[in-house]
Amino acid sequence: MSADPHAAAPHGHGHDGHHDGAPHGSRKGYLVGFALSVLLTAVPFAVVMLNGLATPNTAAAICMSFAIVQIVVHMVFFLHMNTRSEGGWTMMALIFTIIIVVIALTGSLWVMYHMNANMMPDMGMSGGM
Amino acid sequence: MATDTLTLPPGADAPAFWDTDPHEHPSGGSTMLGFWLYLMSDCLIFAMLFAAWGVYGSSYAGGPDPKELFDLKLVAVNTAMLLFSSLTYGFAMIATDEGKKAQAQGWLAATGLFGLCFLAIELYEFSHLIHEGAGPWRSAFLSSFFTLVGTHGLHVTFGLIWLVVLMVQVAQRGLVPENVRRLQCLSLFWHFLDVIWIGVFTFVYLLGVLR
Repeated sequence: MSADPHAAAPHGHGHDGHHDGAPHGSRKGYLVGFALSVLLTAVPFAVVMLNGLATPNTAAAICMSFAIVQIVVHMVFFLHMNTRSEGGWTMMALIFTIIIVVIALTGSLWVMYHMNANMMPDMGMSGGM
Repeated sequence: MATDTLTLPPGADAPAFWDTDPHEHPSGGSTMLGFWLYLMSDCLIFAMLFAAWGVYGSSYAGGPDPKELFDLKLVAVNTAMLLFSSLTYGFAMIATDEGKKAQAQGWLAATGLFGLCFLAIELYEFSHLIHEGAGPWRSAFLSSFFTLVGTHGLHVTFGLIWLVVLMVQVAQRGLVPENVRRLQCLSLFWHFLDVIWIGVFTFVYLLGVLR
């Protein structure tokens, strides 16, 4: 019936060979992930909130790159992403999703930016209302 | 319709077109992968809302802009709440793995509390904005802002309801495999919402104020 590999009984953490849906984290793993996240959150907030620490362009670059790093940190330390769980299918689904997201985001922004840029000035869109 | 013409002689077994060979599937064996696929599709919803924000985020229609509206201190506190709740949920999962029911319940309660604080702060922010006349109807910027952040908040709300339901189930039946599996699903959901929030505070709040 319930041949779940992780029944409630505690039987260690080494599940590597199992068909295991959710890899387990360790207390240390969560704390490391948390510490990294605090750092990766605090720096962008500080850069934006303390005016004059960086030019707006540098600040934006810092924010975006820190966000990407923090997403990876969350994926690894909190969501326990790896290439092994579910026979690699979670990773495949993630990669597929990232590709679709990148296409949709860049496509939308690109097309809409050029739509705005090519709009006739007297069509009432680009001018202030 | 074709479905009406299928009549069976009395006493005959219904024809079975599906696989009738008995073979073992461990109960819940595919739940985690299925839930992961759900999260990925949820990710697409948020991607579209982020795209809408990217397109409309600077269409103020002569109304207030992010610099005037957003209170970054409040957002920082909110971010901390969600981050703390991720940590406490992690500890709840560790206690679950170790079979410590009372400890798991305690960490789950802490997670719920942080989540509730997050929601309260967000609702305060929303009501403050609406009170200032900066509701979703004011400009395309505010429409896309309320849709994106509101959808995230709605997810957190449902996550909280789910959390309470699971705490009741764990209290009633203990850490049986079914409950452990449900806790693992909610764990993915909760951490996923924190990942989405990284995008929200970066692209909506921080980059919005920088603009």
